[in-house]
Amino acid sequence: MYPDDFFFAESHEWIKIQGDTGTIGISDFAQKQLGDVVYVELPEVGAVFGFHQSFGVVESVKAVSDIYSPVAGEVVEVNSGLNDSPELLNEDPHGKGWIMKIKVKDESELQKLMSASEYEKFLESQED
Amino acid sequence: MIEFFGWNMPVEFKGIIDEHMAVRKKAGLFDVSHMGEISVKGPEALEFLQYLTPNDVSRLFPIKAQYTALTTVKGTFVDDLLIYCLGENDYLLVVNAANTEKDYEWILSHKREFNVRMENESDCYTQMALQGPKALEILQSLTELKLEEMKMFGAGWGSIAGEEVLISRTGYTGEDGFEIYTLSLKPERIYNLILKSGKPFRLLPVGLGARDTLRLEATLLLYGNDIDDTTTVLEAGLGWLVKFKKGDFLGSTALLKQKEKGVKRKIVGFEITGRGIARSHYPVYVQGEKLSEVTSGTYSPYLKKSIGLTYLPIEFTEVGTEITIDIRGKLIPAKIIPLPFYKREKS
Repeated sequence: MYPDDFFFAESHEWIKIQGDTGTIGISDFAQKQLGDVVYVELPEVGAVFGFHQSFGVVESVKAVSDIYSPVAGEVVEVNSGLNDSPELLNEDPHGKGWIMKIKVKDESELQKLMSASEYEKFLESQED
Repeated sequence: MIEFFGWNMPVEFKGIIDEHMAVRKKAGLFDVSHMGEISVKGPEALEFLQYLTPNDVSRLFPIKAQYTALTTVKGTFVDDLLIYCLGENDYLLVVNAANTEKDYEWILSHKREFNVRMENESDCYTQMALQGPKALEILQSLTELKLEEMKMFGAGWGSIAGEEVLISRTGYTGEDGFEIYTLSLKPERIYNLILKSGKPFRLLPVGLGARDTLRLEATLLLYGNDIDDTTTVLEAGLGWLVKFKKGDFLGSTALLKQKEKGVKRKIVGFEITGRGIARSHYPVYVQGEKLSEVTSGTYSPYLKKSIGLTYLPIEFTEVGTEITIDIRGKLIPAKIIPLPFYKREKS
């Protein structure tokens, strides 16, 4: 159910690596928890974030949630389509609902993240 | 599910926006059994309630309700509520879940020499609300009560699925609709029957999330957010509730004085003109100075914009006034717009 080439943080963000760039979004579990997303606060291109540093905000009707960068890096692109259509995060969280692309600073940080199957196990263990 | 003042309640079923739009366009069903019910009966029930509230209880007759408040001597809110006249000397107060105990204690402590008796009957009553343009059609198929003839705030005893119910044409969403009260020990039969009958009409069960967005769009105030014991009935824009002509009541002196002098501050509605959503307690700035906080704020699914309420000094309350909201450290522009945010079209 979760793409094999994604890595996951415990805070439910995913990253997909292509060369030295990583595309980042939130997991399907996260968008379900949030409910209808109505606003996304995107970072600026060029902004630099550390490992697990908050880089933006996702707001649903009922709540505001910080989103954290799964690895350290510099923002090279943001999905400005989310400004007009924040619901993309709910509709296609692993695809069209991507949030930002970063130049990964240190690829070894990926070891700190979970694989798709590890994330699925993690979600099951949270269900208690 | 979340915990809400001792009750376990769903925030949403299908999704807040879907549920919200269902109520505006078709129908939604709410379980509002967490609300409190307090009976006030006795030969002086009318006089007692006239003393405790600003609206004119003598305008009620069986069975009719009115929206009103329990006021302090300062004219501020203990709670907002509905009073139903169920019969001669027989009234039922329907109050906010969060305030049930407090309201009961308040009423008890103000009994003085009035020949009345009150009872907290909240545990006995189940309450549901069916709201939306299709509510009447759905409910009519389930009860013999003639709903078409029921006026707003009118009510009657009838039955649904063989269970006795009190149905009133009331609600807190800004749509036409009904509230259903029952003492039945099997109220889920009624709930499930309504859900089933409403399915072809696209009726959805609705949770707390949409309940809040609906009432805020319709500019129906929420105790704890928009009104409390620091806000007067006049400052809250509910002057229409106050019937000075009926005679003195708790708070009438203070309110009369305030009416004559003019309120110093008033509740206003705003829309965000920048990007973002205003939420409760976010600071509100006018001309660079922090003057108040947002009392209620949300993204409005029907109007598709961010709206909110706040109290401002009277000199800044004109429609069109530009204000700024501090949204988590960023100053976002907004402007005052007329209330109510949403008003349903008269059919």
